[in-house]
Amino acid sequence: MSNTTNTPEIIPSGPALKIDGLTVSYGDKTAIFAVDANFPIASMSAIIGPNGAGKSTLLKAVIGVQPKLSGQIHIFDNPIENNLKKIAYVPQRVSVDWDFPTNVIDVVQMGLYRQVGLLGRMKSKQVSIAMECLDRVGMADLWQKQIGQLSGGQQQRVFLARALAQDAEIYLLDEPFSGVDAVTERAIIDVLKSLKSKNKSVIAVHHDLATVRDYFDYVLMINIKNIAEGLINDTFTNENLQSTYGGKLELTHAEQLFAPKDRATK
Amino acid sequence: MITEFIQFSLTPILIGILAGISCAVPGNFLILKRQALIGDAISHVVLPGIVIAFIFTGVISTIPMLLGAAGAALVAVILIEVIKRLGKIEPGAAMGVVFTGMFALGVLILEQTDTSKVHLDVEHALMGNLESLIWLKAQGWQSLFDLDVLKTLPDELFRIIFVCGFILSLTVIFWRWLKIVTFDEEYARTIGIHSSIINFSLVIITAIAAVAAFESVGSIIVIAMFICPPAAARLMTNKLGIQVIWSIVFAILAAIFGYIIAGYGPLWFGSENSVSAAGMIAVVSGIILLLTCMYGPCRESVGQTKD
Amino acid sequence: MNTFVQAMLFQAGYNVALVTVGAILLGIASGSAGTFLFLRKRALVSDAIAHATLPGVGVAFIIMVWLGGDGRSLLGLLFGSAITALIGLFIIEWIPRRTRLPEDAAIGSVLGVFFGAGIVLLTVIQTMSSGRQAGLESFLLGSTAGMLFQDAVVITIGGFLSILGIWIARRPLTIVAFDKDYAISMGYDIRKIDLLMMGLVLGVTVIGMKLVGLILIVAMLIIPAVTARFWSNRTDKVVVIAGILGGLSGYIGAVLSASAPSLPTGPIIVLIAIVLFVLSLFLAPNSGVFSTFIKHRKTKSYIHRRQGLLTIVKGKNIASSFTRKLLANEGLSGSDGLTDKGRKLVTKILIDENRWIAAKEIYPDKDMNIDYGFTPIEETLTKEELVKLDQYIKSHKFKSKTYDY
Repeated sequence: MSNTTNTPEIIPSGPALKIDGLTVSYGDKTAIFAVDANFPIASMSAIIGPNGAGKSTLLKAVIGVQPKLSGQIHIFDNPIENNLKKIAYVPQRVSVDWDFPTNVIDVVQMGLYRQVGLLGRMKSKQVSIAMECLDRVGMADLWQKQIGQLSGGQQQRVFLARALAQDAEIYLLDEPFSGVDAVTERAIIDVLKSLKSKNKSVIAVHHDLATVRDYFDYVLMINIKNIAEGLINDTFTNENLQSTYGGKLELTHAEQLFAPKDRATK
Repeated sequence: MITEFIQFSLTPILIGILAGISCAVPGNFLILKRQALIGDAISHVVLPGIVIAFIFTGVISTIPMLLGAAGAALVAVILIEVIKRLGKIEPGAAMGVVFTGMFALGVLILEQTDTSKVHLDVEHALMGNLESLIWLKAQGWQSLFDLDVLKTLPDELFRIIFVCGFILSLTVIFWRWLKIVTFDEEYARTIGIHSSIINFSLVIITAIAAVAAFESVGSIIVIAMFICPPAAARLMTNKLGIQVIWSIVFAILAAIFGYIIAGYGPLWFGSENSVSAAGMIAVVSGIILLLTCMYGPCRESVGQTKD
Repeated sequence: MNTFVQAMLFQAGYNVALVTVGAILLGIASGSAGTFLFLRKRALVSDAIAHATLPGVGVAFIIMVWLGGDGRSLLGLLFGSAITALIGLFIIEWIPRRTRLPEDAAIGSVLGVFFGAGIVLLTVIQTMSSGRQAGLESFLLGSTAGMLFQDAVVITIGGFLSILGIWIARRPLTIVAFDKDYAISMGYDIRKIDLLMMGLVLGVTVIGMKLVGLILIVAMLIIPAVTARFWSNRTDKVVVIAGILGGLSGYIGAVLSASAPSLPTGPIIVLIAIVLFVLSLFLAPNSGVFSTFIKHRKTKSYIHRRQGLLTIVKGKNIASSFTRKLLANEGLSGSDGLTDKGRKLVTKILIDENRWIAAKEIYPDKDMNIDYGFTPIEETLTKEELVKLDQYIKSHKFKSKTYDY
């Protein structure tokens, strides 16, 4: 808990994830167009933009699920192709069938499949890693529960625990706070901040503009194209928000975001 | 009595059980992936496969026909995938186009060839001939230990033993991959599992099971065994491993009771002729599914399903 | 050849003409009814319905024999098949509603189990004294060879009635197929309309069984609908096109089959439909494979050309070999950087880049399809607007200039 209130100042240097000219199209519709990005090491980065701006597509293109039309992607200055194991991906909660016949600990252990291989036994060490990851997201009590019986927030935390089990360098999260309760949001942000304090890089698609300043220190704003990128204080400005969201962002809403006192201090 | 049972009923029941298991095990994953009907599609293209194999070889013999059926299944699977991707057509419709088209082609070619000379008919391919797979040399239980007599067991039995063993061992070996690709395909790719290879292999396994089962139980009945036992199993448990075991149990029950009812049921009603065993096995599997739909302990959804 | 022309002109005998008309009507009915099924993403329900007719045929035959008939009345058999198909349909609807099983599992289990039951009944019938020549197997694959005159009349009238039914129900069916939620908001009862759709499909299936067989009637419900989808994006048009394609397949198939006795009607009709499908798949102007491929190449080249040129202008190296080759092949770059042609093009790209940004600023309310050059800005704005835009860019009011040129 201590690291949430007293985050060590890390001046980002050198990108954890570098994207150059990434273009993805579905048929003849362009989902993202020539996007560049340099997400710094050991920091928390947000990807923001309106609906249909291509935020999730960007993540999917990075992990190779969505084929790209053009562009290069590097992790710590190496091509991503052979370095996928440095990435842990947390998909959107709605992307899977929660009626699937499996339970919580089983899902978390999926994060260890690369480690134990195809036939390797889940030894007590792996089991305890999985339990520890569940504990970090506050779900250790529910380890035996059928996944369908979890609330939305609990499901999201199970997915996060699975990613933690991978012990990666970069964590890519697709709308981790979408449709979760306040307790879960708090729990997730604590875990993410502790990752950052261990020099891991967190990159999340985020939709709640009110919390961007509290949670993140770097931001990529896109609307199919790059709009702006940089440290929160320089980049998350009213002007950039207007050009990202266009008419979709009410001015009053924008003013609230830039009220003299940040909500973070509450 | 025992001897008669071993001669006339043991092998058909064994073949029915093994064919059922071979179909039911991959069926578990197909149902979870919302691809239950791929088994349907593959079963229909078996006919054009054997017809074309006959045209090429000119003889009715098992191995070329099995190869033809497997080839047709492979062609169908590839065509479905191509049409799905190229035409951006939803999977069900793409399957419908491919298997009905290939089936029509099969029937057309069949009608062109001289069927009076060869005993190659559609009904056989559809209905199978489980009842004719008998073991006349058997003299009783002791025959099970007599190598010379064992050699006279129908070849179909050895083939289905091999296929069933193959499918079961692949399922065990690739269990983790199958499970994660079925649950969360995108995530599976990020941890270095080639989802598309697993998906394609599953379909190939399905094709092998369908082809191996069709020669004894008939191609249409295969669909029932792909879907009913695993669907019923899905309503019994919330754990994948236990679900697969349940599906095997249901496949065994369907085969045994289906065969016995088909063979002996009509006698109880005073008729001398038995009815189609393959058809009855499908019916029994349907009754099992119906019962689990009404009383299965896990028949209701516990979580929100995708889409 | 002579019989072919005769059959084409409905001159090859009364029966042949009637069968041809029946095939055309059936094709139209199945094509358009199938479209609704396809658009509701439930194409394979038709497969289950078709297979679920078989036990009905068997039961109807047995009952008719018990009642003292010979059991071969087509109307009676069709009635029986409709009953079991209806039961199958009910189960398909019941299973996903009452259990966790998805619809495709329900479709598959009904299909397999009902067909199995049908096969059992057929073996029962074979042992009945009157069953040997029952000819019920013809329902599996269809046959026009031994078709009685009154059978052809039943098919023709049935086909006509189905088309009439589809025409009457076209509006609710179209709305539900096009946008289910919108239909709900307009007060339509989706479940009822879906049942209506299934009822029509069931009717077509039952009527078509004798002609093309219960397995191939599925093809007639699916293939024309899928084919038509390549030619239009509008639901009402797709329905009509599918009907035409179905009717055409029925007509050509029936005529071919009448002129060459070795060509069975059902398969040949389906294969004609397949030929139409393959042609459309590749050649359809907007969504065909060739045009999609060309569009994709164009998009890819456009993006690589644009990105490559901008990268050179920024003084960086191009990482992608595809981009390098493309620029060299098009004469846009040489060994010592951009050629004149390349410089001209990149200038235009930069001008337009600024124009798009400026356009958003001075026409914030204009609905612009900003697709970054796929549609040139000249096509989005009028000449006057463009002049005004360029003046604005030159003025000091425009501050967000991205690139100098």
